[in-house]
Amino acid sequence: MQLEQGAFRRELTGFAGIVERNIYLIRRFVWWEVAWFLYTVANTLTIVFIAKGVEAAGGKLDVNEATIVLLIGAVIWSYLGLIFEIVTETVAWERWEGTIEYTFMAPLSRPAHLLGMGAFAVLYGVLRTVLLFGAVAVFLDVHFDQPDFAAAAVVLAVSSFSFIGIGMMTAVLPLISPEKGTQLGFIAQGLLLVVSGVYYPVTILPQWMQWLSVISPATYTLEGARRAIIDGASVSAVWDDIWPLLVIGAIAIPVGLLVFRRGEQYAKRHGRLKRSG
Amino acid sequence: MSALPAVSVDNLRKDFIRRDGSRRFGPRRRVPALHDVSFQIARGECVAILGQNGSGKSTLVRLLSTLLLHDGGSAEVFGVDVFAKPRAVQRLVNRVSVEASFFKRMSPVENLSYSARFYGLGPRQTRERIPQILQQVGFPPDRRDEPMEDLSRGMQQKVALARALLTSPVLLLLDEPTTGLDPRSKLEVQAFIRQMRAEHDATILLCTHDMAEAEALADRIGILHHGELLCLGGVEEIKQRFGAETLEQAFLNATGRAFEDEDDDQEGRG
Repeated sequence: MQLEQGAFRRELTGFAGIVERNIYLIRRFVWWEVAWFLYTVANTLTIVFIAKGVEAAGGKLDVNEATIVLLIGAVIWSYLGLIFEIVTETVAWERWEGTIEYTFMAPLSRPAHLLGMGAFAVLYGVLRTVLLFGAVAVFLDVHFDQPDFAAAAVVLAVSSFSFIGIGMMTAVLPLISPEKGTQLGFIAQGLLLVVSGVYYPVTILPQWMQWLSVISPATYTLEGARRAIIDGASVSAVWDDIWPLLVIGAIAIPVGLLVFRRGEQYAKRHGRLKRSG
Repeated sequence: MSALPAVSVDNLRKDFIRRDGSRRFGPRRRVPALHDVSFQIARGECVAILGQNGSGKSTLVRLLSTLLLHDGGSAEVFGVDVFAKPRAVQRLVNRVSVEASFFKRMSPVENLSYSARFYGLGPRQTRERIPQILQQVGFPPDRRDEPMEDLSRGMQQKVALARALLTSPVLLLLDEPTTGLDPRSKLEVQAFIRQMRAEHDATILLCTHDMAEAEALADRIGILHHGELLCLGGVEEIKQRFGAETLEQAFLNATGRAFEDEDDDQEGRG
């Protein structure tokens, strides 16, 4: 029992080490983070102004609601994309810095390693999303009718597990293909963007894409968050979106760990940890 | 009392699969990187493995540090099977390689702090130990918070030694730790390795292509060539065995190649 407690404490310390390392990196790259944040604000504004642009071109739509729909899509995609990217770059960044062998030879379990990356991604993602939402709102003349931001936050929190799990699956790609693995991860992210209804309802998609949207966690995240913020739906009212996220998360994390473990074994058998590229 | 060896390697084999030529779907072949290597290292001993680039030295270090899976034979560290119980072995081993390998924007203290957590060391422990260890390796206190990228290679390598020492390894794997260092830094690192061995009872496997370094630091020396361990013994024993007056001559007689020659068949070997 004491042995188990000791092992658990070591894992927890290692998990904290991963979070700590990423905080150091954010501090050391703070000006790059500021520049990236400004880019995200500009990018988000480009998207949300589309609603006003359509009206100016003679289109008929509820500009306020369309702006909010686009704003939620852009901000939530920024959050999910950040989680996905941070977890996906677990291997890629360390390979680039040359530290990957030291991390993989340390007595730190892979779940503690990957979940540590996920935990940091959620902490950083939440902070960045709140700032992004606030910064973009300054430029917009929109009003919310009784939004339930707490319910939207719950949807977002639950969806994070699914994205951490999918990120683990794509994090393995640089282990298998040092040269192109990271780009393959971005392709997976792009596919989720297309089928999940980030900027349009999934009902406009071709039927086969709609089938794919059913298994994308982003579909439920966006739907749930929009219902909470636009319609003021409570947590119980968005349960229809929460339970699929719980199911996808419960599957995605163990599958992500399994896929990563298989990739690690492959890399250790073929000497792929060492290669830089 | 049983004299359990610190390292026991028996018929260890590692192959890499490589594609012939430049054809994308060309035939594959197995390239042996280590071929039935067997040896033992006693607790507290320092063994140097000499070999040219591509002889299999780094592959051996990577196998013992759980970064590669083997294709045959066995390896144990203090009686623990390296391939069956990698986590237990990881707690016993640390490594210093030719590249210092750090997050280059982060400072020495930051790099040491987070990596110590992976070995279960909490903030309270590292707050005291990191300055002590950096002082031990002769790292200037006023540069502890500078980014690694602003430090010289010699200083970076001292931080790498500090990182290894911080986790109190009982087996230290040194893979060309002084390659590329200026003579003064080289001597400082070598002095620290001696000190570490004397004060911390560490067992050391030193892989190098520096004959003088091997002779100065090791109790026994092995020659690894094309993945085969040709011999392992004291310096005089090796000279005698190969009828040579110097270690360099012994290497030439054993391998048929001058030590400074590059191995022309290093594909797949570390």
